[in-house]
Amino acid sequence: MGDLLKRYGGTLTGAFVLLTAFWLLMLIILPNLALFETSFRPYLPVAEMGGPRDVYSADNYVKFFESPGPMSVFGFEIAVPLRAQTFLYTVFYSVVVTVVAFAFSYPIAFYLAKVVSPKSVPTLILLLFIPLWVSEALRAFAWYIILTLNGPLNAALVGLGIMEKAVRWQQGVFTNYDAIVIGLVYNYILFMLFPIYNAMSSLDTNQIEAAQDLGAPWWKTHLRIVLPHSKPGIASGSVMVFMLAAGSLLVPTTLGSTRSNWFTQTIQQAMLESQDWNTGAAYSFLYLLLCTVVVFGVMRLFKVRLSDIAR
Amino acid sequence: MTDKMRKLLYHIYMGSFLFYLLVPLVIMSGAAFNNNKTPSVYPWKGFSSQWFVELWNDGTMWTSFGNTIWVALAVVAIAVPLGAAGAILINSISGWSRSFLYFFMVAPILAPGAVIGISTILFWNKLSVPVGLHLSVLGQVSYIASFVMLLVLARLQSFDQNLEEAALDLGASHNQVLRRILLPHLYPALGAGAAIAFFQSIENFNVTLFTRGTQNTLTVYVFSKVRSGITPSINALAFLLIAATLVAALIYEVRRRRAAALEAAREAEGRRAAEAEMV
Repeated sequence: MGDLLKRYGGTLTGAFVLLTAFWLLMLIILPNLALFETSFRPYLPVAEMGGPRDVYSADNYVKFFESPGPMSVFGFEIAVPLRAQTFLYTVFYSVVVTVVAFAFSYPIAFYLAKVVSPKSVPTLILLLFIPLWVSEALRAFAWYIILTLNGPLNAALVGLGIMEKAVRWQQGVFTNYDAIVIGLVYNYILFMLFPIYNAMSSLDTNQIEAAQDLGAPWWKTHLRIVLPHSKPGIASGSVMVFMLAAGSLLVPTTLGSTRSNWFTQTIQQAMLESQDWNTGAAYSFLYLLLCTVVVFGVMRLFKVRLSDIAR
Repeated sequence: MTDKMRKLLYHIYMGSFLFYLLVPLVIMSGAAFNNNKTPSVYPWKGFSSQWFVELWNDGTMWTSFGNTIWVALAVVAIAVPLGAAGAILINSISGWSRSFLYFFMVAPILAPGAVIGISTILFWNKLSVPVGLHLSVLGQVSYIASFVMLLVLARLQSFDQNLEEAALDLGASHNQVLRRILLPHLYPALGAGAAIAFFQSIENFNVTLFTRGTQNTLTVYVFSKVRSGITPSINALAFLLIAATLVAALIYEVRRRRAAALEAAREAEGRRAAEAEMV
């Protein structure tokens, strides 16, 4: 701080502090406090705001645990509140998306970092970037076209004799969330690929060759050398993909059906359709809590720091 | 399995991965030319350019497009100074206060967009500021400034502070130190930050949806079109965006290759000169 004063003088240092303070206070900290405060207030007509019924309570959070419905967990039917069900499904399928994205992009990252000749890497990366430049709404829409009943995917599968007749992908074939998982993986897989690729390209190729010369089979080389080295990239990619998937509203709304609810849709219904900002705030706060738990969980699990994840 | 076979398998996998990434875009573009009321490439009902005409005449689309650009420019104008100031400040402190500030500066990147949007409207509502695109700008800035901060902070690592001290010793004013020494060093990071801010803002959906009020940006407009009756004019829009991306990518690639070829030629020239000297 004294260093800043010496270099830039009082006025400029003051300006730096003010700008940072505006960002952190007005755009980050106070809005989140407002969210927290609002979530404990009842939803009242404007006339009654500040009146005798405007007292703090946890009622909005209680709504999360109301109206139980049947849910099967590992084959057991148990009663779980509907919104909590949506919440659990969202977390579960976001994990599925993260795992699938990792499985598909790991070989590609290795290919780019260690297999292909370095000359063609810039061209390949440019090609990989093309979908990222096309808006997320349009990428989800592309899968909407592909997955419709009379769409090209069904036509191709039936034409090749793999399936007997067209299926409704958006209604779900294996689970209710098929189409959503497909769309989310497509939309966010590159956020997994690039961090892993970055981590892998700093690995010394000599280490891989040494392992091979000493007789390690290919899977052992990956397990003991490549995988541990790419750990920060995997952590960063996993957190990114999980957050993006769980926080997505576009993809579930575009590709989902009435049988598949995403928690962001629950929040959106409270906020924009019922105009009940207090309940919306409570759900948002629960969501923020989930994200915090996930980020710190991954940091613990992979033994990485926040500066490794956010890059 | 031999090395050669494994390499072949890798090439095939890379090929199919690119196919997987790019085919949906091809299908979407194809549907823009199909003479069919619902957007689809199958069944093919003949070539038509009517959806481009429809897109051209779509007033709401143009308004949304204009809004998107204005919001993105405003985000760049606010996020770049905020992020840069944050990075300069955090670079000059250490210890727990640094970790504390760093946490709050980075956290918005990992927070869900919907929550950012909702907390923004709740806070400004308490200050009696109505919803609208101005709040979308502020909501987007809160996390986009974090990207700028990270870029500038990385650039500051390679900054030689002795230059500033030398300038001060030679009698430069504080303003001159900032303008002539620090800022020129940061220009690449500020430029990259501005570009990222611009494109992040154009892409943004979650924050905008909750803060926009009744105004539209392009992503929100596309979304509402996809939900309510869609016509292939959206595909026409997608085709134009993809075409623009491809052209930009092509130009970039050609320029990169030319630079690489030039570099190789210069190297060869240098080698020949060295050899000639030896003889």
